[in-house]
Amino acid sequence: MVALSDRAMEHLSIVVVGHVDHGKSTLLGRLYADTGSLPDGRIEKVQAICQQQGKEFEFAFLFDTFLEEQEQGITIDTARTFFSWDSREYVIIDAPGHKEFLKNMVSGAARAEAALLVIDAQEGVQEQSRKHAHLLAMLGVRQVAVVVNKMDLVAYRQEIFASIEDEYRAFLTKLGVTPERFIPVSAKLGDNVVSRSARTPWYTGPSVLEALGLFQKEIPQEDQPLRFPVQDVYKFDSRRILAGRIAAGRIRVGDRLVFAPSNKTARVKTIEGFNVDSPLLEGAARQSIGVTLDEQIFVERGEVACQEEFAPQVSTTLRCNVFWLGARPLEIGCRYLVRLATREVACEVVAIHHVIDVSELDVQETRTLLLKNEVGELTIRTKAPVAVDRSSDFEATGRFVLVDQCDVSGGGIVTEVLLDEHASLREEARRRDLSWVAGDVGPEARAAHYGHRAALVLLTGAAPNAQSALARRLEDHLVADGRHTYLLAPENLWRGLDADLLSADDRELVRRFGEVTRLLIDTGMIVVSPTSAFRRFDPDAVRTLLHPATVFMVHMGEPEANPDADVVLEASDDPNAAATNLIEELKRRGLLAYTLGEKRFEYASYTI
Amino acid sequence: MSVLTPTAARSGVAGHLRQLEDQSVYILREAYRHFDNLCMLWSMGKDSTVLLWLARKAFFGHVPFPLVHVDTSYKIPEMIAYRDRVAREWGLNLLIAQNKDALANGMNHTLGRVVCCTALKTNGLKDFVAERGYTAVILGIRADEEGTRAKERYFSPRDHHGEWDFRDQPPELWGQFKTSFPEGTHIRVHPLLDWREIDVWEYIRAENIPIIDLYFNRGDGTRYRSLGCAPCTFAIRSTAKSLDDIIEELRQTTVAERSGRAQDEGRGMEVLRKDGYM
Repeated sequence: MVALSDRAMEHLSIVVVGHVDHGKSTLLGRLYADTGSLPDGRIEKVQAICQQQGKEFEFAFLFDTFLEEQEQGITIDTARTFFSWDSREYVIIDAPGHKEFLKNMVSGAARAEAALLVIDAQEGVQEQSRKHAHLLAMLGVRQVAVVVNKMDLVAYRQEIFASIEDEYRAFLTKLGVTPERFIPVSAKLGDNVVSRSARTPWYTGPSVLEALGLFQKEIPQEDQPLRFPVQDVYKFDSRRILAGRIAAGRIRVGDRLVFAPSNKTARVKTIEGFNVDSPLLEGAARQSIGVTLDEQIFVERGEVACQEEFAPQVSTTLRCNVFWLGARPLEIGCRYLVRLATREVACEVVAIHHVIDVSELDVQETRTLLLKNEVGELTIRTKAPVAVDRSSDFEATGRFVLVDQCDVSGGGIVTEVLLDEHASLREEARRRDLSWVAGDVGPEARAAHYGHRAALVLLTGAAPNAQSALARRLEDHLVADGRHTYLLAPENLWRGLDADLLSADDRELVRRFGEVTRLLIDTGMIVVSPTSAFRRFDPDAVRTLLHPATVFMVHMGEPEANPDADVVLEASDDPNAAATNLIEELKRRGLLAYTLGEKRFEYASYTI
Repeated sequence: MSVLTPTAARSGVAGHLRQLEDQSVYILREAYRHFDNLCMLWSMGKDSTVLLWLARKAFFGHVPFPLVHVDTSYKIPEMIAYRDRVAREWGLNLLIAQNKDALANGMNHTLGRVVCCTALKTNGLKDFVAERGYTAVILGIRADEEGTRAKERYFSPRDHHGEWDFRDQPPELWGQFKTSFPEGTHIRVHPLLDWREIDVWEYIRAENIPIIDLYFNRGDGTRYRSLGCAPCTFAIRSTAKSLDDIIEELRQTTVAERSGRAQDEGRGMEVLRKDGYM
């Protein structure tokens, strides 16, 4: 077999952005044509179409594929083209400059390692020139070269070029972007695109083509601490494989992994491969891998494997910069789905601190909305805690998208992970779980033995006697159905375990209740608890202490009183019927099954 | 020994090919995770065969969804023999989609290439997807094949009529794709979007993937560079008899890959793809 690396070429992806009509597509067309990078017949084909449509040939048409684009003279969507020069292969992403199509520009720029920002020498720095630079900074594209195009229209005057450079350099610096260089160009006439032009004798820097060669390949994140977001868990055969793409760092066989936010731990037993002749011993950042563990712990998609001493933060409250692309504005108080690495969880926008006016980078007055194509600084609160980093520390676990209804509608980078009111309980749970002395029987073995998973069923709302009646019926029905169930009335703790407490210490009462249920759940039981005896009950505190065990909340009464409830019942429902329905619901959600969430499949019968 | 069993001792690809592989595997796993009812198209060509191989990589030797061959009945006969052999050896769940009504009414390329492609491929696929209720279809198209594909997303929605609205494509960033959608629509998943023709061949060589021999010059001085239906696919002049020869030939050529595909003439592909062609 021929060695693959007989011609090791470096690959680099570059996005071209800038204001509409400043000549991005023309620049690319010229670059490809003058380096002989177009396939045979491409120019002729486009020339023929132009002739047919009765218009003058332009280099931009080489990439503006859609008829509509040629008619309107704009690039509708991001096009990717490939081009190699001087032992480097480039993926060039042509991002559209039209205002309507910012989301395409974001899609293009998000996968780029460097950017060319194109500015029209005649029009100078425009709104989109600023907005695109701002988005590049947010998207994490740090290498930028600025192409001042259409120099032919300003008679190649150096002072015009210099004034644009001064203005734009100052703006970029405010964003934390240091442009590598400014290049005076006429894409239409080919000046300084491939070779340096005699028409700009005052310019001594590189041509655009040479500038591409000066961009550096991004340094891989292999040397950072480990971040391995679990993408899925497979049980296709005897192996239980955690699959995912390493976001940062390395994984080696034998490494002890801590999963955040569940605090589960295990060691890497194998790194699985397909079509490899010898066992894999290591995986590194950006690789899609699969590992098996030495213990059968229950982890699922969304957990982030890391090293204990370099764990991500865990919180529900994030301060972030968000750009919004949705047709419906982003609103305070509205719920969205946040997708951060492989974690998906509902969130609410708690505050819009300010909207950033990209033109001036000024702070506008407080608002309750973020409109399409705006950038704002927000605080969001997730419904469940997430493992997260600041984006300046870790790229993949420090940024997220927001989904509104069916659509990815915004992107954000985390600037600060804020402590929420359960931070101290979370830390308590983390320390407790990481040093937990466990026997040899794990939760999976218990679940297999008992025929169901462990869970806490909390009853809220309604009168104490109604809660109590339902709790009794539920325990009765579950036990009759062969489930290990225990009714724990919180007041039973008060005379014993809580005897040292002043009755006013509501938080401590809830904490101790949480720790007791944590123990019971570790035994593999289903615990049913009415909560009306608490003066102030905080279900999230209990959830935090039990995390990641299932807490199933049943609310009796008005749904508004407990928006987080999994099931809402009428306070007047017959307890027997309600208990039967609840068991059906628990079954439907898989809580009464003992398989622990791996993806399995059956081979269908062979059809040929 | 079977030709379908790789024999070379190896420990995985490196460099650029590894990056492409990692990205494709990530996309395949996202698709499998988010869609319960999905399938993968397999045309037995080099691209979709690499895609199939990547699925086996992603799922550790398994292919946990059906493979669909949209059979126009006009395929080159060797392709069908190869299909059935690979399916048997790899234990694939292979399904055949065919627009039987159109064929019964005599549909063929002489009625017009775009008409024929639309009936037998686009509609053959769309009807099959609708009938089986697939919410996602994985395809091996690549951005460098032709212009409209250069503008595709990794996860690309199709509307109730299976059509592609290229004017309003979802944003795609940071490995987050569009995975939720209204009832009755479906998503096309494109894990090979970033691969170029030469990457595909270098990967086939590095991984020793069994590939149909129509791609090689078998002694008559021609080979197929792109495979489709027999009447509309033309061989190119080539002396390439091995993977090394093909890769060397591609490094030298400036002829477009799909120049032997008749439906690409004029604006054929743009019209076809807007209506839901692969």
